[in-house]
Amino acid sequence: MTTTELTREPEVITADYDSPSARRLEKIWKTSPGLIGWLTSVDHKEIGKRYLVTAFAFLIIGGLEALIMRLQLARPEQHLLTADQYNHLFTMHGLTMIFLYALPILSGFSNFLFPLLLGSRDMAFPRLNAFSYWAYLAAGIFLYLALMHDRTPDAGWFNYTPYSLRQYDPGQGMDVYALGMVLLGISTTVGSVNFVVTLLQMKAPGMSINRVPVIIWGTLTASVGNLFAVPAVSLAFFMLWTDRNFDTHFFDAAHGGHPLLWQHLFWMFGHPWVYAIVLPAMGIVSDGLPIFCRRPLVGYTLVAMSTVLTMFIGFGVWVHHMFATGLPPQSLSFFGASSIVIVIPSGVAVFAWIATIFTGRPVYTTAFLFFAGFIFLFTLGGVSGFMTAAVPVDWQLTDTYFVVAHLHYVLLGINFFPVIAGIYMWFPKFTGRMMNERMGKWNFWIMFVGFNLGFFPMHWLGLIGMPRRVYTYPTGMGWDLPNMIISIGSFLFSAGILLFFINVFISLRRGPKAGRNPWDAPTLEWSTPSPPPSFNFVVIPSIATRHPLWESRIGESEGGSKLEEGMLLDNGKQTISTTALNGEPQVILRMPEDSWAPLLMTLALSALFVGMLYHWWWFILAAMAASIGVTIAWLWPRAELGQTAEEHHG
Amino acid sequence: MAEMVGRPGPLEMGSTGHKASGWWGMWMMIFTEASLFAYLLFSYAYLGMQSHGGWVPEMPKLQIALPNTVLLLASSLVLHWGESGIKKGRKGRLVAALALTVVMGAVFAGLQGLEWHNKTYGPSADAYASTYYMTTGFHMAHVLGGLLMLSTLLVWAAMGKFDARRHVAVSIGALYWHFVDAVWLAVFATFYVSPYLVSGHG
Repeated sequence: MTTTELTREPEVITADYDSPSARRLEKIWKTSPGLIGWLTSVDHKEIGKRYLVTAFAFLIIGGLEALIMRLQLARPEQHLLTADQYNHLFTMHGLTMIFLYALPILSGFSNFLFPLLLGSRDMAFPRLNAFSYWAYLAAGIFLYLALMHDRTPDAGWFNYTPYSLRQYDPGQGMDVYALGMVLLGISTTVGSVNFVVTLLQMKAPGMSINRVPVIIWGTLTASVGNLFAVPAVSLAFFMLWTDRNFDTHFFDAAHGGHPLLWQHLFWMFGHPWVYAIVLPAMGIVSDGLPIFCRRPLVGYTLVAMSTVLTMFIGFGVWVHHMFATGLPPQSLSFFGASSIVIVIPSGVAVFAWIATIFTGRPVYTTAFLFFAGFIFLFTLGGVSGFMTAAVPVDWQLTDTYFVVAHLHYVLLGINFFPVIAGIYMWFPKFTGRMMNERMGKWNFWIMFVGFNLGFFPMHWLGLIGMPRRVYTYPTGMGWDLPNMIISIGSFLFSAGILLFFINVFISLRRGPKAGRNPWDAPTLEWSTPSPPPSFNFVVIPSIATRHPLWESRIGESEGGSKLEEGMLLDNGKQTISTTALNGEPQVILRMPEDSWAPLLMTLALSALFVGMLYHWWWFILAAMAASIGVTIAWLWPRAELGQTAEEHHG
Repeated sequence: MAEMVGRPGPLEMGSTGHKASGWWGMWMMIFTEASLFAYLLFSYAYLGMQSHGGWVPEMPKLQIALPNTVLLLASSLVLHWGESGIKKGRKGRLVAALALTVVMGAVFAGLQGLEWHNKTYGPSADAYASTYYMTTGFHMAHVLGGLLMLSTLLVWAAMGKFDARRHVAVSIGALYWHFVDAVWLAVFATFYVSPYLVSGHG
């Protein structure tokens, strides 16, 4: 080819996955085997699986930290841990679960599923996608590097100043936390950009915005929220780093700074983040529950809108984390009210799910049980949140075990239970095999009973005044029995999780082969083979309804989606871009090949952050030069990507 | 209807204008960067409100900052002139505009460096000084990033990478540069103008 092709009329054919066209596409799209292929792959399915595996690894680490704490707290006046060790453990447990597990696990689902749900062959930025994974991994390793120093972070996951300032917390553990969070913020940000632009650009023809699955709404909302919220925490941690290392005074009251600035910046991020780590999971429920209730979701539009509304209000509730800091009454009233109002959109979703179950014909699979269990836990967690939204109640409950109970009901209930349900549901799509349902039911009941045994008594402990974050307690306070029950419950819960992992490993090898659509589900990902080929779709489907695979049954067949007839796009890595709202084809996108750039970029950035940690100035300069070099190479205008009209020579 | 949707006529291929993913990606970057500056300015306002008098140590001098602001805004106009040139295929005009924008941006950065040099306090003097240097420092980092971007585009333009049909990298780079200029207005208004508007300043 001597000149670049700038326009083309896409060839439309009818083809299935055993056709010659499919074989040709496989040649074009597949990642080369071996280590090089593994390190350079930009396949969104590969990246999604890596996110899932890595996030589960961090879940296990964080879980072990929790179990050690529960051993310590099982009985009064124990000395298995020192107070100092306990501080490190609860801090690492919190930051691991919240930052290294909760969002990345959802990114795993979304990365794997986005193009499949949208009827596309890839994400909008495949290389950026690979980079966001590598940078997440690097940040996770970086944060745990603190173990190699004398001190890990120990001021709690929200790391309040002045505790976290140098004079009160010397040692580099805190600097590792500060810089690690900035690095993780980069990963989260580019990941969010990718999700939003993918939704805007990559929907199948005809998939207007009101036809996308709810998990897409959840991830879109979470990503937009992250774009606005993550800079707050990155900035706060960066300021903390300069306060600790270069004597700036952002949080230092003696020189005109203010410790509460930290709390404001942290929770301006922190509360939207809470919604970012639950809304995509609620999306999993909204898409999964209808499959097992054998009917479409009740109130799709309301649920989608309430998702967006939750995030919108979620930016106006951050002060409810700070009710006990002595703020003026006007501020308390406003944020108390907004924290109560936010119950409304969540309530809409809950009633939509309940109505879906009531009017459907439920099939009691493991995934269904986890969805139903989720609704129960979400309601409980919502009620305890509603209680603490009332300022006077909050004053009584701040920093007690009641808050610990609330946040675990919310985060485990709304994030972890849907995640496990999502694995049971999409495992066939991820791996081509079914998970064991019998073990799955045991799995659910052990987890559900263990969870409630482990966390429900915490409400009571908080009400009778046990503060959080104490490493031990005297006997005779009435706290002994609840603590013992909690510890037993937490081990039972862990046994349930262990059973889940055992089920995963056994099913990976011996699970029965799944067909394309083992659950008879309505959305596009189930029209592809399990697991899907590298190119996802032989022909680009065109979509006429919300449930393309159920059309013949639920009377939505007018117009009819076309799954086997569509654009072929087989001369190079290509997919179609459609208009953001209506899904009308607008341009043929040329997609990049596998690339070293994401990994090299991560290495350069990691070196930069290590240099910053140790103040190696020349090393920092070299790392910056390297990252600039990689960026320029990455973005070099390429004729094969249609970025330049320049002619090829030779 | 679905017939038409799944069977479009001839389509453009590759990255073109506002249909390019990169164009939307840059908008997303701008949202998040703008939030960063909003949080910086929030920190300034919050610490200022919480201070007990004497927040601004000396009234900011406008001799350098004001003309420098005009210079930076003017550079955006020059860049826009170059970008509209390449849309008509005028490669020379694009190269000239990029070169001139880089020079203007570099002069801005130099003058801002001089402004820092002239200050009687460093970043660790007090919370005001920390906020001032942090915010203008972040802006400077964005200017330097933008200059790097524009210089790279200049090299690519000189190599003949862009023409009337394919020049989306230029549009994306220009979008970023316009953002860097616009956000400076917010920084300038906060640090240089607002102390004159607030009564009872220190």
